[in-house]
Amino acid sequence: MESGTKENTSFDADKIREHFPIFFQPENEGLIYFDSAATSQRPREVLTACNNFYEKINANAHRGAYKIAEKATAAFEAAREKTAKFIGAGRTEEIIFVRSTTEAINFVAYGWARKFIGVEDEILVTEMEHHSNLIPWQVAAQKTGARLRFLKMNENGVLPLDQLDSLLSRKTKLVAVTHVSNVLGTVNPVKEIIRAAHNVGAKVVVDGAQSVPHLPVDVVDLDADFFAFSGHKMLAPMGIGVLYGKTALLEEMEPVYYGGEMINDVDYYQSTWNDLPWKFEAGTQNIAGAIGLGAAIDFINSIGIDTIREHDHSLTEYALNELKKIKDLVILGPTENRGPAISFTLGNIHAHDLATYLDQKNIAIRSGHHCAKLVMKKFNVAATARASFYLYNTKSEIDALVHALNEAKGYFSKWR
Amino acid sequence: MALDELYQEIILEHYKKPKNMGLLENADIKVEGKNPFCGDEIELAIKLKDDIIENVTFDGSGCAISQASASLMTEKIKGKSIVEVKKLISTFKKMVKGEDDSQVNRDNLEELLALQGVSEFPSRIKCALLAWNTLLLGLEEKLNKKAGEK
Ligand SMILES: Cc1ncc(COP(=O)(O)O)c(C=O)c1O
Repeated sequence: MESGTKENTSFDADKIREHFPIFFQPENEGLIYFDSAATSQRPREVLTACNNFYEKINANAHRGAYKIAEKATAAFEAAREKTAKFIGAGRTEEIIFVRSTTEAINFVAYGWARKFIGVEDEILVTEMEHHSNLIPWQVAAQKTGARLRFLKMNENGVLPLDQLDSLLSRKTKLVAVTHVSNVLGTVNPVKEIIRAAHNVGAKVVVDGAQSVPHLPVDVVDLDADFFAFSGHKMLAPMGIGVLYGKTALLEEMEPVYYGGEMINDVDYYQSTWNDLPWKFEAGTQNIAGAIGLGAAIDFINSIGIDTIREHDHSLTEYALNELKKIKDLVILGPTENRGPAISFTLGNIHAHDLATYLDQKNIAIRSGHHCAKLVMKKFNVAATARASFYLYNTKSEIDALVHALNEAKGYFSKWR
Repeated sequence: MALDELYQEIILEHYKKPKNMGLLENADIKVEGKNPFCGDEIELAIKLKDDIIENVTFDGSGCAISQASASLMTEKIKGKSIVEVKKLISTFKKMVKGEDDSQVNRDNLEELLALQGVSEFPSRIKCALLAWNTLLLGLEEKLNKKAGEK
């Protein structure tokens, strides 16, 4: 099918696809995967790296004075270094390995917020947060007595910054904001939000789950205080995620888990904590996961995050244009400056019915509230369908989606 | 096409024109159910006469499967005793989950058999069960209350 728009010539998604075994399983023939915002697929390079760890150097990190343990430790720490470079962290020890974005944000909620936030204080969150950057703050506010306030979005799913003046004050201790919305695709001006927050002395935790996979991120340039993301949305395995924090904040923050590896000295009644980052990494870590994350970063770097961003962007533009042509299809969120996730409704067809229909055509999209019920409330819908793209997707797949959506309209029209 | 097995004519009928929509006044049982996974919601209002479900209505929003299932359910349980309805709930659950059951039980489901196709679509089982789980919750709350009063 002729797409009309020019494909990015420096980038060949079909070639990229060859690295992803999931597309070559006989039982997945014809799979069109449009749910990378939920979790991405993984290239062979990442799977091999994890496997190599278990096959060749499997041992616990930081615990053995023998060759494979030293190799395992070195590989684990090398992954941390790659991760630090990838997001522009000033120091490698500012990278804490956790399970996921959710765990990273909870670390901040338990280890930092509960220690430094009190009854007189305020926490500011936005209306477009994923539940993982909302519920921890609801509960933190309940536990500390702090007031939870909301930065509202406009009808295009954009956060108007002029509200910030009236919302931020010396009482604001923490601002929680997503870098890119998983529902609306909105790319938020986090740098400006951070600057405004810092002006009143507030710290900012950024949910980077949907940004790190798709755009160049530099936490120092953003001046983020805490920054959270998940490996599994950026080609790495499930069960590995990252909490970045500025050294000074991580130092004053309480450990969240206590136990092995996170201690410096232990006595009968009290102990002291290890240095960063290990103070936060109690117990055996997901070493294979971290190594997989390192391999995912190598893979992304071998293509270039800017190239990936351009590809995602051109797919998104193309999809927005094509989807707009479908009568009764309503797209939520901004029309420009957005990440590669597009939520929509189609007439009165429920998103769930639509997803089942598309699945019959081997097109995997997400339906539901996308863990963002406040966004659903705002747009007054119970559920939406969401198509999200990544480096292995192509325009012809989008053509197939558009074709199937038109067919679905026909199929479900007999209902009216 | 497998899709037509899921979206049978009778399901579409009930989705288009749900039966017993809107909430009864003076209900003896009022109960709400939600499917946190997809945001579907339902509210049931039941009028009892002794142990018999004299009338039942529902309100809510959701996909074709959840709405049709609710509509079919209200039709089916009207006039039945609480004991009969509880048995029916378990029979219905077995069917949509694709579990074995006796032929007598299956036949007893009548129009509800239209939802049998759901068992082939694991992600949709919750949709079909929403109304039924909500009903079960409502009945049990009522029975517990009664037991408490005695
Ligand atoms: C914006 C955003 N934040 C947080 C999360 C939670 O990520 P995880 O489930 O990996 O903790 C997601 C993914 O579902 C997301 O899209």
